Amino acid sequence: MDPVLLARVQFAATTIFHFFFVPLSIGLVLMVAVMETLYVVKKEKLYKKMAKFWGHLFLINFAVGVVTGIIQEFQFGMNWSDYSRFVGDVFGAPLAIEALLAFFMESTFIGLWIFGWERLSKKLHLACIWLVSLGTTLSAIWILTANSFMQVPVGFSINNGRAEMNDFLALITNGQLLVEFPHVITGAICTGAFFMAGISAINLIRKRHLAFYKRSMKLALIFGLIGSIGVALSGHSQAQYLVKTQPMKMAAAEGIWEDTEDPAPWSMFAIIDSRNQENTFEINIPYALSFLSYSKFEGGLKGMETLQQEYQTKYDSVVGEGTNYIPPVKTTYWSFRLMIGFGVLMILLPIIGLYLFRKGRLENSTLLLRFFVPAIAFPFLANTFGWMMTEVGRQPWTVFGLMTTADAVSPNVPAGMVLFSTILYLVVFTILLGVMVYLMVREVKKGPEQLSGDRKHQSTDPFKVGA
Amino acid sequence: MELSELWFVLIAVVFIGFFFLEGFDFGVGMSSRFLAWNQAERTVMVNTIGPFWDANEVWLLTGGGAIFAAFPNWYATMFSGYYLPLFVVLLCLIGRGVSFEFRRKVENTRWTNIWDWVIFVSSLLPPFLLGVLFTSMLKGMPIQKDMNMAAGFTDFINIYSLWGGLTVTLLCLLHGLHFLTLKTDGDIRMRASKLAKKINLAVLGSLVVFVGLSWTMTDIFQVRLISELIIVVLIVLVYCAGFYAISTKREGWAFTMSGLGLALTVSAIFVGLFPRVMISSISKAFDLTVYNASSGAYSLKVMTIVAFTILPFVLGYTIWSYYIFRKRVTDKEHLTY
Ligand code: HDD
Ligand code: HEM
Ligand code: HEM
Repeated sequence: MDPVLLARVQFAATTIFHFFFVPLSIGLVLMVAVMETLYVVKKEKLYKKMAKFWGHLFLINFAVGVVTGIIQEFQFGMNWSDYSRFVGDVFGAPLAIEALLAFFMESTFIGLWIFGWERLSKKLHLACIWLVSLGTTLSAIWILTANSFMQVPVGFSINNGRAEMNDFLALITNGQLLVEFPHVITGAICTGAFFMAGISAINLIRKRHLAFYKRSMKLALIFGLIGSIGVALSGHSQAQYLVKTQPMKMAAAEGIWEDTEDPAPWSMFAIIDSRNQENTFEINIPYALSFLSYSKFEGGLKGMETLQQEYQTKYDSVVGEGTNYIPPVKTTYWSFRLMIGFGVLMILLPIIGLYLFRKGRLENSTLLLRFFVPAIAFPFLANTFGWMMTEVGRQPWTVFGLMTTADAVSPNVPAGMVLFSTILYLVVFTILLGVMVYLMVREVKKGPEQLSGDRKHQSTDPFKVGA
Repeated sequence: MELSELWFVLIAVVFIGFFFLEGFDFGVGMSSRFLAWNQAERTVMVNTIGPFWDANEVWLLTGGGAIFAAFPNWYATMFSGYYLPLFVVLLCLIGRGVSFEFRRKVENTRWTNIWDWVIFVSSLLPPFLLGVLFTSMLKGMPIQKDMNMAAGFTDFINIYSLWGGLTVTLLCLLHGLHFLTLKTDGDIRMRASKLAKKINLAVLGSLVVFVGLSWTMTDIFQVRLISELIIVVLIVLVYCAGFYAISTKREGWAFTMSGLGLALTVSAIFVGLFPRVMISSISKAFDLTVYNASSGAYSLKVMTIVAFTILPFVLGYTIWSYYIFRKRVTDKEHLTY
């Protein structure tokens, strides 16, 4: 099999998997920090119980997040060695800084937080969880700095056939980063919030621990609303930026083959025929794409056919005659639709929820509560589709305008090896996911009163001397 | 000193940090199978490293990241060339990380036992494989003109690299046992202390053989005779001192000595390499060196400033966390893992 394809499959599978856990970690830890703050400030026991219970679920998730991240760090060298040689000068820096600045902070203070309930003063203990939260945010900033460079390369010059950094400031003020970071973080807040809302909803339906889950639900709804509105606003700013920097991705995400009329309609549904480069059926919302792209109701967009010609004059000298610059259109198009679709649902649910909550009717609105259960999956799906759009829509480039994916792969790693490792990773991941879900369900069933870590240590071996 | 040379030193320092710290938690994990007589004791042992292991592992990630940033060609050659051993190391780190968190989440002896086996295997293999990796780097790997490495089985696996792996494993085991004498009490502490004495002798023996093998199979003693000899003498002295310390119940000193021993061993490797970062067994001309594998001057300058700004904080809070958890761990208290 084609080693490039295999390496891509491995990268896609492992990052998507890593990014199941990442946003939940970022979102949950923030809310746990808020709960513990409320406990320290208001001195209400219920908040401590909340911090402990949700903190427990967070930790199970965090463990899997950490171990799936470790493989990412080495993957660039293992599968993408020519890529690493070419951009390591620029790209390695944010990765190294991430480890130094964020990973040390996360891991040290999470240790202090887990083991420190009895050893640290209340305020110090609280500071620890906030530092973990800060650590996860810093980690996001730096890895997204690296990713933004791949989308919109800045701050470098090409010397001796490789990219060398010449402006660090440009790298960390990359326009792409400024729009990508808020979107990812607000997406993560949604993930934490809807996770908490869904679990609270299940328990409210079953009338268990009402006081506990009502308070949790309220917090989750507030965060869910902030997060989902934030993610839509930042998504809008990303789309505007995208039209300027990677018009081909935007055209693919919209299924636009020929230049649009002005003002441009937003495509809600289309049957795309990539071979003949046309859409055989479409439903459009007039004006909406102009608004998404330019924040006003005028302005057209270039289609993929025009852009293909423009890219050819611009880039064929870099990557060779007759390159196809059109990414997989259907994947990009539908990923974008699905992300936005879930995004809209995720704005509606907390609004209705908070309204009913104010009326005091939420705990009896079983129908709405039922909606919140499958909604746990919405942000996970939206996150995944978001990344699919971003990364698949960038193809055939690995670094936009500089290096194609086909040139990035390790030349000395046999395809069989990549296939073998991919299969094993998938097996291990499936086990991990299964165990994690099993453990979370158990913890939730036990409820906030008795957590597994809370029991005193008991000797389980009857033969132990003095047991 | 050029910046690329400084970064070579910094990377050596990061790996010293890694082996000094993660070395003992690998050691604790390894000994958990035979030093603990039952699950309750194993729980105590695991909890001695509970708050630390994750941060210790980050030293490895930082090492990888620093190599990537400062020597992209080194990173690319090494990580793609050592694909299989690194893949196994990664699988182990995955297993280890979740085992600590999962092992007592279900109150069931079988459940805990499964994860404890994972902890054992995944604490044993990484130091061994990393030992194999570093020693085979000293011996030289088939690196071609285009800097890519196409290694066959015997390039990784030969007497020298296997012995290197074994030695590193023993060094970590000893370090872990010393850590246990510091952090536990009663039976476990006694047993750890007794076993440490035996392992210490094995360490000395295997180091002597390793030095002999290095003399014949690598060029490090030709390239850096004086400094390597000094380091070897120091290593032997340190482990003798460690033996004396544990025999006279000076556990803190014993731990310090096994830590120093690891630090010196890593230094010996890096001193032997310098100024090369990867030695080509095909031709001297294909060696990767700190000069032809490094990033540009600008990038190194930025990274130097960043590293020297952040590192003091990292060291500061790391030390603070060891201070907070300085007490011995016993099964009388609430144990988290
Ligand atoms: C937007 C956020 C984000 C993104 C896009 C990524 N990660 Fe991640 N990563 C995190 C956010 C994060 C985190 C929140 O900091 C994690 C997840 C859960 C956790 O435990 O920490 C983490 C853990 C984590 C770890 C383990 C850290 C430890 O031991 O404490 C490593 C080595 C990486 N990641 C590396 C990567 C690489 C190389 C990525 C690029 C492909 C990547 N992550 C994508
Ligand atoms: C964690 C969230 C991420 C997800 C879910 C994700 C998803 C993907 C997917 C689906 C691909 C395959 C695209 C294709 O081959 O068609 C890909 C490729 C890639 N991504 Fe990402 N990505 C993420 C973050 C990142 C980050 C933060 C970086 C850089 C630091 C990055 C760097 C790459 C590289 C190097 C490739 C391989 C080359 C390529 O196929 O273009 N990704 N990613
Ligand atoms: C509601 C309307 C939304 C709009 C208009 C929107 C817009 C966008 C755009 C244009 C991109 C591509 C950016 C690029 O390629 O440079 C993107 C990526 C992404 N989206 Fe959305 N989005 C929306 C909702 C969501 C939701 C609800 C989530 C998850 C909770 C989400 C998560 C992501 C992620 C993780 C990425 C990939 C990372 C990135 O490039 O920022 N999005 N979004």
